[in-house]
This record gives sequence, C-alpha cells and structure tokens, in this order.
Amino acid sequence: MSAVPQAAAERPEPRAVRAAAPYANPYLAGIGLGLVLLAAFVVMGRGLGASGAVSSFVAWALSRVAPAHANGNEFFAEYLQSGLGHPLKDWLVFEVLGVLAGGFISGALAGRLARMVEKGPRISVAGRLALAFAGGALMGIGAKLARGCTSGQALTGGALLNAGSWAFMMMVFAGAYAVAGLVRRQWR
Amino acid sequence: MNAPFYKFGAFGDEASLVVAFVIGVGFGFFLERAGFGSARKLTAQFYLDDLAVFKVMFTAIVTAMLGVFYLAWLGILDLSLVSLVPTNLWPQIVGGLLLGFGFVVGGYCPGTSLVAAATGRWDGLVFVLGVMAGILGFGEAFPLVKGFYESGDLGRLTLPQVLHLPYGLVVFLVVVVAVAGFAGAGWVERRFAPRPAGGRS
Repeated sequence: MSAVPQAAAERPEPRAVRAAAPYANPYLAGIGLGLVLLAAFVVMGRGLGASGAVSSFVAWALSRVAPAHANGNEFFAEYLQSGLGHPLKDWLVFEVLGVLAGGFISGALAGRLARMVEKGPRISVAGRLALAFAGGALMGIGAKLARGCTSGQALTGGALLNAGSWAFMMMVFAGAYAVAGLVRRQWR
Repeated sequence: MNAPFYKFGAFGDEASLVVAFVIGVGFGFFLERAGFGSARKLTAQFYLDDLAVFKVMFTAIVTAMLGVFYLAWLGILDLSLVSLVPTNLWPQIVGGLLLGFGFVVGGYCPGTSLVAAATGRWDGLVFVLGVMAGILGFGEAFPLVKGFYESGDLGRLTLPQVLHLPYGLVVFLVVVVAVAGFAGAGWVERRFAPRPAGGRS
C-alpha cells in the first residue's frame, strides 16, 4: 500500500487537490471511443463487448470444476463450443485483455493508478464492496437477458441504429435514475 | 478496398485475436481517459452534476454512426456484413432495467469495471466478481428463463425500419437529438452543480 501515489489517498474534503491529471474532455474521449468502435466495424465487421468475455470465462471455469454439468447446460455449452479450439481463445476474451491493458496504460500515464475503493464519504468500505458485488450480479443477469451490456448493446448497437439496442439503452438510463435516490448515501 | 476486412478474408482467425487485443487497448484507454475507471465519476450522471457518461456515450455513438454511414455510402463498407444482434424486445427491456439498477448500485458496467480493476480500484474488482456470479446464476437458471429470453423476437431490426424512414435521415435525426442533448447537458450540470459550502450564489 505504500507504493500508492499521492492521488490515491481518499480525501474527505470536497475541494481536495488532485495530483493526478484531470480527465479528458468528454467530447474528445467520446470521439476517440467512437473511432475505436468504427475501427472494429471496418476491420472486423463487429462491435465492442465486455460481458461476453466474462461469460466465456465463467463457462470455462465451470467446465474445469464440473465438466459434465457445464457441457450439459445449453447456455454454458454454447460458450464452451465457441473460440478457436479453446473457449478462452475467443475474440472478445482477447479484446477484454486489451481493455485491461489499455485502461492500465492510460491510468499509468495520467498518474491515476491507485489501490483504493471508490465511494462517497457516508458509507463504509465493507458496505461499498457489498453493493459493488450486488450491482455486478444485477448487471451480469441483465446483460445476459439483453444479449449484451453497455458495450455490446448500447455503444455497438447504438451506432448501428439497432432497434433493440436503443430500447435497451433507454431502459438502462430509466432503471438507473429510478433507483439513484435509494443509493444516494453510497455516493454523496 | 473492401470492408469489413476480416469478412473479405484480409486476415485469418489467429490474426483476428491480435486485432481484438489492439482494439481492446484503444477501448480501455479511452474509457480511462474519460474518467470511467471511477465509480464516482460514472454515477455522477445519475445525480445530474456531471453528465460525462451521456456526453461520452453519445459522442462515441454519433462518431461511429457517421463513420459507418459515410463509408457505406462511399461503397467501402458493406453494412450487411457487420453483425447486428437481433432484437428480442421484452428481455432487452427487462435486461436494460436490471443493468440500470446494477449501474447505480454497483457503480460500473462490465467494461468500465475492468478498467477500474486494472487501475487498482478494489470495488471494480469486486464488481467484476459480481458480474461473474450473476452470469453463473443466469446460466444455471437458463432452462427456467429460456422462454422469456427468446420472447419478443423481432429479428434483425433497425430504427430506419421501425420508423419507415431512410437510413440517412435517421442518422441526421440522431445527430440533431445528440447536439440538442449536449446543449441540454450543459444546462443541467449548471442547474445541479453542488454549491460551495457556506456560500449561496
């Protein structure tokens, strides 16, 4: 924990001075993100993703523990049969490894690498981690029902004017605004 | 030049994994640049004093949408070869709602939680574990939810088809709505900006 840069420390004061570089202009970051998405369409003929790679990983991990059970389940079997001869030798899995690397590189360049917990001042670390897990689980279920998450549906389908993706995107915002008041203590 | 390059056999499956990694690096890089490795930055969208999520998402969508439109119009990109997830309306609506709940409860979405974990955020890592648990649970329950999962099947469906409008016109309308949204976002941020303690403006 001693290797954490100055920016790492949680500062309760609202106007704490950040040692880390400020975030990029949202419109410039959006154009960058859009060009990466366009590159995926032009080079590969497909968009971006995130939850699909996690599904491949979960299916593979389950097949290591309970092979017969995993292969006998229609949902997991589909992920186990995809990939180039191995469920993890998969396009989205490699893309997600790139996401981890790209996020790390940007964070390192901006001095934003920090072992910390993102939370508001009025919630404990344990409470925040419990909600992070619960929120992740909701997202995992939702992303599978919707056949994609914010990457695969909202961004990718949004840019392709996919009707289902636009319906999905509206519901994501509606759902988040509907419960934002209930979890305000976590953030503010 | 014919695009998508991969679909026209410009390179093989093994090379496509290298492409995947490189594209992923770009994706993760710009997510982190935008501040999306921070749950507080992301969830500020839902407390209205920082609408970066809306701005970044819609700028990215408009940029890629215009690129796709013009490259297809110039005959460079064959849009019919770009994969489009079929619409299953009901599970997408319910899934979207669950994702929205998860976003503000957990602080991330699957892609941004990976960036958060990569930059050291413990909550990002725990969120990823939660996503794994959710997917495991969904998979185990799949025989029960399969009927709903396959309901509302409308096939490959785009907004121009739904609205009975030309593709180019829908592209133009999305740009107009986005630009209006960006102007509105600035107004909302000023309206909901936290006031400095002790001072009233």
